[in-house]
Amino acid sequence: MTGWQTLFYKEVLRFWKVGFQTVAAPVITAILYMMIFGHVLEGRVQVYETVSYTAFLLPGLVMMSVLQNAFANSSSSLIQSKIMGNLVFLLLTPLSHRAWFVAYVGSSVVRGLAVGIGVMLVTWWFAQPPFVAPLWILAFALLGAALLGALGLIAGLWAEKFDQMAAFQNFIIMPMTFLSGVFYSIHSLPDFWQRVSHLNPFFYMIDGFRYGFFGVSDVSPWLSLALVAGALAVVSAVALHLLRIGYKIRH
Amino acid sequence: MPAVSFQNVSKVYLSAHGELHALKGVSFDIEPGEFFGLLGPNGAGKTTLISVLAGLTRASTGRVLVHGKNVQTDYQAARRQLGVVPQELVFDPFFNVREALRFQSGYFGVRHNEAWIDELLEGLGLADKAGANMRQLSGGMKRRVLVAQALVHKPPVIVLDEPTAGVDVELRQTLWQFVSDLNKRQGCTVLLTTHYLEEAEALCGRIAMLRQGQVVALESTSELLRRASSNVLRFKTDQALPDDLAAVARVTGRVVQLPAHDALEVERILARARESGVLAQDIEIRKADLEDVFIDVMENAAHAQGALA
Repeated sequence: MTGWQTLFYKEVLRFWKVGFQTVAAPVITAILYMMIFGHVLEGRVQVYETVSYTAFLLPGLVMMSVLQNAFANSSSSLIQSKIMGNLVFLLLTPLSHRAWFVAYVGSSVVRGLAVGIGVMLVTWWFAQPPFVAPLWILAFALLGAALLGALGLIAGLWAEKFDQMAAFQNFIIMPMTFLSGVFYSIHSLPDFWQRVSHLNPFFYMIDGFRYGFFGVSDVSPWLSLALVAGALAVVSAVALHLLRIGYKIRH
Repeated sequence: MPAVSFQNVSKVYLSAHGELHALKGVSFDIEPGEFFGLLGPNGAGKTTLISVLAGLTRASTGRVLVHGKNVQTDYQAARRQLGVVPQELVFDPFFNVREALRFQSGYFGVRHNEAWIDELLEGLGLADKAGANMRQLSGGMKRRVLVAQALVHKPPVIVLDEPTAGVDVELRQTLWQFVSDLNKRQGCTVLLTTHYLEEAEALCGRIAMLRQGQVVALESTSELLRRASSNVLRFKTDQALPDDLAAVARVTGRVVQLPAHDALEVERILARARESGVLAQDIEIRKADLEDVFIDVMENAAHAQGALA
């Protein structure tokens, strides 16, 4: 294997070895959401005419799990290596900043998709949404996971302590995913909050992903695709720059 | 072409307390095949210099070349030639010893490396630990893995940053046997920092001494030892030395050591001690060793730097 392939493989193996907490646990969490929200809101909330609430909820939950776990993978791997000091093994190698980026983001995508597929399989029992446009599903899953993987990379470089990382996760990532329309259509919100939601990049990832299942969405999937791809390009450029200058990892 | 070339390397750290000059224009070369020692008290800049060499830290000015490759601008070529054993006892708790070595090998793009990995495990006494998780290993075993990780891509230049700090005698023997073999048989260049001066004296052909970020001595080990031509008079006592003797003596608990060039000086010191009521016991005279030279060099440098300031 070449350098980046080795690092990619190591990063995948790292989360796979503790798959019980990195894959199984988020799948269980998603089942709980499905049971509680599906039970409480089924029949009371009708988002799209032909779609039951539980079916509407399923893609949102899948995508939320994909995004959160993609972020968790690169960020926790980096902060652990920094705090344990074993990041030095990578710093001593000839791996380029591009190799680091591809390996960390790539393994985050793999973890995000593994959790996403897991959530999809176990929630299938509750509802079976149609797969109207599978390519859209795949495109948004990949782009979204990569975007959060790259964001996790930045957070992992920036954070020096576990509580800084927890703050990033609890005050930025969690609210943005919860307020992105996983549990509701933003059309049900007051005008002001609809406009606020349009500023949330997570909204476009969830909305575009859901379009792939139902063929209906709050905004055009092309707009979502363009915005998500644009965000990925910007975040990737920042992450690559930080890796190149050795931000907080080389003095 | 030198194996390692430090050219006017400076490093300034900016902190809340102002500027800290960790390295002040360090320049010297290490030739291929040398076993080179880098000595100095804590905080002299040894680890900073090695960090600059390894690319963990960037020099503020100057440059470092490894076999002609600049560690900044041509970092990939430079790092392929370097095997660095870090000072801290770090490890990745997710993996076992063999996995750690395979990954490290892969990062350097070395494929099909199992034969060499087995040889490293054997040579460093790790063969029966290959499948053990890093967490389960003792400190000494973790240290061996660090050495194996540094050597897994067969680097021509090996850098050991205090590899024997807190290490038992057996591992020290294994380690030096292994590294000396690499140096003699395969012509690897070795750069070693250590606090154990007898180790440096036994292993290193040439030595640089650092003090407060500057090179204060750079000579072959035999040359350095010759410089300390004097013998050392060593005795034990419970009494306080007179001031004139105390000024030149090295006192460790009850043990007093004084430079004495010849028999006359030995007599003079013992007479002076007796006059002032100092009872000398267990008297012996020995050849000066690297530790004496080290202390001499550091003191002279302190005087010189004091005079300049």
